[in-house]
Amino acid sequence: MLTKRIIPCLDIKDGQTVKGVKFEQIRQVGDPVELARLYARSGADELTFLDITATIEDRRTFAELVEKIAHNINIPFTVGGGIKNEDDVARLLDAGADKITVNSAAVRNPSLIDKLAGRFGSQCVVLAVDCKQYDFISRVHLDGGRTPTDRETLLWVKEAVGRGAGEILLTSMDHDGTKDGFALEITKAVSESVPVPVIASGGAGTCEHFVDVFENGKADAALAASIFHFGEIPIPELKKYLNANKIPVRMK
Amino acid sequence: MSIAVIKYNAGNIRSVQIALDRLGVSSVVTDDPDIIRSAEKVIFPGVGEASSAMKYLKERKLDELILSLKQPVLGICLGLQLMCSYTEEGNTSCLGIFDNRVIRFPEKDKVPHMGWNSISDLKGPLFESIADDSHVYFVHSYAAEPGVDQIAGTEYIIPFASALQKDNFYATQFHPEKSGDIGQQILKNFMEL
Repeated sequence: MLTKRIIPCLDIKDGQTVKGVKFEQIRQVGDPVELARLYARSGADELTFLDITATIEDRRTFAELVEKIAHNINIPFTVGGGIKNEDDVARLLDAGADKITVNSAAVRNPSLIDKLAGRFGSQCVVLAVDCKQYDFISRVHLDGGRTPTDRETLLWVKEAVGRGAGEILLTSMDHDGTKDGFALEITKAVSESVPVPVIASGGAGTCEHFVDVFENGKADAALAASIFHFGEIPIPELKKYLNANKIPVRMK
Repeated sequence: MSIAVIKYNAGNIRSVQIALDRLGVSSVVTDDPDIIRSAEKVIFPGVGEASSAMKYLKERKLDELILSLKQPVLGICLGLQLMCSYTEEGNTSCLGIFDNRVIRFPEKDKVPHMGWNSISDLKGPLFESIADDSHVYFVHSYAAEPGVDQIAGTEYIIPFASALQKDNFYATQFHPEKSGDIGQQILKNFMEL
């Protein structure tokens, strides 16, 4: 049986892991290569690295880090943050990344998705969406959440999948950093409206939240950062809990 | 040991080379027939679209070369599909090493089949010391129908062949290079054939 994936996410700045709480207040949490190895050993199913720096020089440092990570872990990993064009993607895939995420650049220039899927294959193109709820409508934000747009989350996700996105990484800005649980409604709505896998992100605080997002949010995978980085929920413990609650997971 | 990884117009070849690096095995990514022919082991990886991949292989006569190889050959993902007789993707005739046909998953669930799934009824040296129902990593929208050359089976929407073997030709639909310690052991087993 296909299992539900648990994905620790590492935000990278200046070659180090950080975790933004509600996309602000940044705090250091350690060496990404060491963390990656630790997670792979403890049963993470996949890893995601987001480059939250902006300058071209830092981007080169990030590609070097990606190469180090690829040589040190034997599970799939996705990288993203600030990807603007085909060259950015080629560099990261060549460094050994399995998938890349596109976010703001894809909203500003949707044909980027067609180009990336055509050249590198849909399987490595993950659409990252930062969304926020406005009354009854969920809308897309850009630039790490700072720039609101009129785009409706559901419409954008459907369009992007039509253009070749192979997976959706859906972050609810209303839930991110709260530890009050994932955004079940929008996750379920997205998951049921596209044929590709959906990774839920934002709000993980307890093991029960993961059961909820798989059962009620219909997510295929769940991503979290701080609860893993600070050891609040060790991955083996989370998987035991999910297994006991009849959620199919890969046990080490 | 000399390992040749066949270079063609498919993605993800770099990941295989890095996985071999992790095992301490150096490899060369090449489409040079002489290097491929003389390698001790050949890996035929790839993620991509079948009809354009077959066309590329034929134009460079790599199809005939692969069929003529006598050393252990390991196809991965698209590599497995291209080693079958036919794939629905682009209505393509393939290498025909295995009699299996490759079909698209019926869309009764998410397609692609992406993530960790179990492999069972394991047979042969490729799965030496691997326990039945071990989990490995898959990413694919097409799958080989079960058949006589099957050495591992998996179920997602339909039962399909997740690994095949005939003579010196081995193939896995999953990505051993991304399948954690289990995958690493499978690659090691292949290296020791």
